[in-house]
Amino acid sequence: MAWFQRKKAPVSAVENKKTQMPEGVWTKCKNCQEIIYAKEIARNLNVCPKCDYHFRISARERIKLILDEDSFVEMDAKIRSVDFLEFKDSKKYKDRIRDAVKKAGDGDAVICGSGTIESLPVIVGVFDFSFMGGSMGSVVGEKLTRAIEKGIEVKAPVLIFSSSGGARMQESILSLMQMAKTSAALAKLKAAGIPFISVLTDPTTGGVTASFAMLGDINMAEPRALIGFAGPRVIEQTIRQTLPDGFQRSEFLLEHGMVDMIVPRNEMKQRLSQILHIFTKS
Amino acid sequence: MSNYLEFEKPLAELEAKIGELRDFSTDNVDFSSDIKKLEKKSEKLRKEIFSNLSRWQRTQLARHADRPYVLDYIDLIFTDWFEVHGDRNYRDDPALVCGFARFEGQPCCVIGHQKGRNTKEKVYRNFGMPNPEGYRKALRVMQMAEQFGLPIFTFVDTPGAFPGIGAEERGQAEAIARNLREMATLKVPVIVTIAGEGGSGGALAIAVGNRVLMMEYSVYAVISPEGCAAILWNDGAKGPQAAEALKLTSRDVDSLGCVIDDVVPEPLGGAHGDHKTAANTLKEYLKRHLDELSQLSAEELVEQRYQRFRNMTQVEE
Ligand SMILES: [Zn+2]
Repeated sequence: MAWFQRKKAPVSAVENKKTQMPEGVWTKCKNCQEIIYAKEIARNLNVCPKCDYHFRISARERIKLILDEDSFVEMDAKIRSVDFLEFKDSKKYKDRIRDAVKKAGDGDAVICGSGTIESLPVIVGVFDFSFMGGSMGSVVGEKLTRAIEKGIEVKAPVLIFSSSGGARMQESILSLMQMAKTSAALAKLKAAGIPFISVLTDPTTGGVTASFAMLGDINMAEPRALIGFAGPRVIEQTIRQTLPDGFQRSEFLLEHGMVDMIVPRNEMKQRLSQILHIFTKS
Repeated sequence: MSNYLEFEKPLAELEAKIGELRDFSTDNVDFSSDIKKLEKKSEKLRKEIFSNLSRWQRTQLARHADRPYVLDYIDLIFTDWFEVHGDRNYRDDPALVCGFARFEGQPCCVIGHQKGRNTKEKVYRNFGMPNPEGYRKALRVMQMAEQFGLPIFTFVDTPGAFPGIGAEERGQAEAIARNLREMATLKVPVIVTIAGEGGSGGALAIAVGNRVLMMEYSVYAVISPEGCAAILWNDGAKGPQAAEALKLTSRDVDSLGCVIDDVVPEPLGGAHGDHKTAANTLKEYLKRHLDELSQLSAEELVEQRYQRFRNMTQVEE
């Protein structure tokens, strides 16, 4: 259910950095194990040139990739999480938030705003997995709900790019409630006849998958992204079986009818534009 | 009562003693004063134990093997019950029970997670953990209730939605997500009772209500204490600590002020010791909330439910 249940959860900041933003001169691809010139990966939109593995990218990078240049206007950048339960594990949630904000330079695990895709106005919400595993608490739920409501107000399609381990454990029941809140907002968007496109990127699991991320008029996935409800480790422990190859990957979801299409990163903007122009008859 | 939790054992021992004395009583031997003494002692002990429960103990009570399940509540609160089966797509899911009945004579819809009491039943009910087809059945039935203008009562009692290969293949996430969205649009009153375990998305998928009540010894959280502990301390046995951190009891959730409407008091010692009293108290609460909701139009019901969840936010700005 929650962000921490993933087999390959954001174990440490170090590992995170490695997979997310290849640093240094050489990077070893997580998938094909090839040692590749880091700049070459970056030039290739953070996709491995040898095996097509899609590295995780930050929300800001994603926005740059998808929206028209300089069109992005951020909304609700100042909302911050509160440690209302005084949740403490090895670290206080309060300190965790403070450190995550400092490291990311951003307010929380999702960035929302307006912009254009090939001149078509859209509202976007983009997750950043490096911020506490992209977990959804009050701030994420609130920002996304406001974004959806903005879409209704200005009659613009809404796009959410997910990358999240699910609900944020440190806000317990209230983070669970964000699933209902965001999904209810989508019901209003649907009733208003406005398109919602959900783009699932690696990884999208738990309460994020089990709410808005599966509710797209179009569900689009990046290649080989991990997408599921329960984390693979939880499933393995429950059924005491090893999971089949490719289980809970984008291709598996396409085969089982849960996503409409798999779109590689370098084709995504164009594909989104094509769909949105058809859905809005423009 | 046949199952005792660790902290209930002293009570169980006293009760056994009282039982023995009763058995030994004959016309010639009178133990009635001893019995009375022990009963007083038992009552006092019960009060002591139950006024000092930890969050972990409350979690155990929420999962108590003798706790009333949805079919018990149906039996004690509703009349004219008939169950309906299947999602019209794949199969019937016995972990989620759906049907129609009368509440105080008024036709209504009832939905709830069902656990089993013995091993065979537990397996049959999949420990109250639904698969996607369970949630799809529930949605089908709720939309049928809407079609006929019937109020919906749901009873939540699940460790969570089932984490399995088939569940993922058939879209567990999609099934839950769709319920969240569609429940938000239902034009009839929806009254939710967290009866035992309110486990995560698998609970929420039938809990988007105009009113949400928690039984006194129920719990409601984003993840089970064991699951939380496995992540935090890499040790599922640290559930007791995780339960403290998650603040998952009815009192905790109530104190947030926006998630539930009422805590329904249970008889001393918990609902498992006295199904009937628990059900009667709950019935009064359900009645009051249904009466209030009956005053609202279809549009007002949808809007009230929307605002209820819309306002569940704690942020700094
Ligand atoms: Zn590679």
